[in-house]
Amino acid sequence: MKTRLGLIDYGMGNLHSVQKAFERLNSSLQLVRHPDELDHCDALILPGVGAFDPAMAHLEQTELVPDLKRWVQGDKPLLGICLGLQLLFESSDEGLSAGLGLLKGHVQRLPTNQGERIPHMGWAPLQQQNDCPLLEQGDPGSWMYFVHSYAAIPSDASNLAATAAYGQTNVTAMVWQGRLGACQFHPEKSAKAGQRMLKRWLQWLETGAKILS
Amino acid sequence: MVALRLIPCLDVADGRVVKGVNFVGLRDAGDPVELACRYSLAGADELVFLDIAATYEGRATLVDLVRRTADAVTIPFTVGGGIGSIEGITELLRAGADKVSLNSSAVRTPDLVAQGADRFGCQCIVVAIDARRRSEQEGCGWDVYVKGGRQNTGLDVVSWARQVADLGAGEILLTSMDGDGTQAGYDLELTRAVAEAVPVPVIASGGAGCLEHIAEALIKGKASAALLASLLHDGVLSVEEIKQDLLRRGLLIRPLENEESSHGDNGS
Repeated sequence: MKTRLGLIDYGMGNLHSVQKAFERLNSSLQLVRHPDELDHCDALILPGVGAFDPAMAHLEQTELVPDLKRWVQGDKPLLGICLGLQLLFESSDEGLSAGLGLLKGHVQRLPTNQGERIPHMGWAPLQQQNDCPLLEQGDPGSWMYFVHSYAAIPSDASNLAATAAYGQTNVTAMVWQGRLGACQFHPEKSAKAGQRMLKRWLQWLETGAKILS
Repeated sequence: MVALRLIPCLDVADGRVVKGVNFVGLRDAGDPVELACRYSLAGADELVFLDIAATYEGRATLVDLVRRTADAVTIPFTVGGGIGSIEGITELLRAGADKVSLNSSAVRTPDLVAQGADRFGCQCIVVAIDARRRSEQEGCGWDVYVKGGRQNTGLDVVSWARQVADLGAGEILLTSMDGDGTQAGYDLELTRAVAEAVPVPVIASGGAGCLEHIAEALIKGKASAALLASLLHDGVLSVEEIKQDLLRRGLLIRPLENEESSHGDNGS
């Protein structure tokens, strides 16, 4: 049976581009705006563009927050994109709201002492840090499109799937834990490389969403 | 170091490309969506559409163009021209634009920059600045022009750039009106003065005529990206040629994806 995918619509982000990216892979996304609609989904996407506090406020208005927590704690698959990655963590320099707390760690302002511009805007090759079903083994580092001013710092280093170079340091590009994953970059805006990554997520879902041991 | 970007810019009016584009094998050289796809496949890092007519009647056509572009193109794109309200910004972002570019409206209502950044995040808000070098009698520096370059605001370009960055602009699209269309090179002094004054990325625009100019804008001008128009549209240089040249000079640039397509699973 084909995996039924839900796209969380809480009024933050470019849903259109995410939907189109999946349409190109012959998958359709069902918009999820209310807890009832989760019953029809096997996997979820949490997109997001904008600032941390308004995003959490909008998400709370949908009344989805407790269900999303249960979803992830019940080991169901969820993919966060951009701000959707940051919301998975406990807190952020950008706001006062608590995050979803599904991953341990804090979201920090990008360092200003790296001689780089903020926002970090543009393409960067991924540097793999840990195994992740979305990263190809031996991949020479796919270039993805980033645009962000804050970056997550996972407390558990094993959650860090990939990084991107920023000045002399590295910033979190991808996180992964169980069946929960997220990208700081925009795979839906990253040309063929991004499309390949979304396809790998779909293939991983279709083949049983195995948890890496 | 963050990779530098090449950004083709398409001038559109009533849903059509205004300046002629000299591409081999285009079915419709005036269709912005087909051109956008071509540039995306050619390795462009982002795209910019500027609605140069920016009429009230043309707005629906522009929104439709943005929607069709978002359907077809898998790289980020910015839309500018005649955007004067939060509603206008919302409409274009909802249609699928990744960023909007504000120019005259930012000068008229600087608070629009702040409101846009608060509502959608600073990465969505580009402020376009049209700059003209002051004459020797007027002193050094550059003036900010609006209304498509017809009206001098008397604002100083560097101070204005600093102000919009403080207000929340995530990027500055800096056009040298003196250089625009001359192919005599970007105004490097201008580009560098603004790039050094603001913490956000600066896109250099106006005057590119050869490979050397583009490299200079990124190295000496300290721009994060180069906007390219007639040089590409007229077929003088291709995105591929420019990227190869910049890579040869040792600059960090996203390589062309062609080699990667050997993976064969691009999903189409």
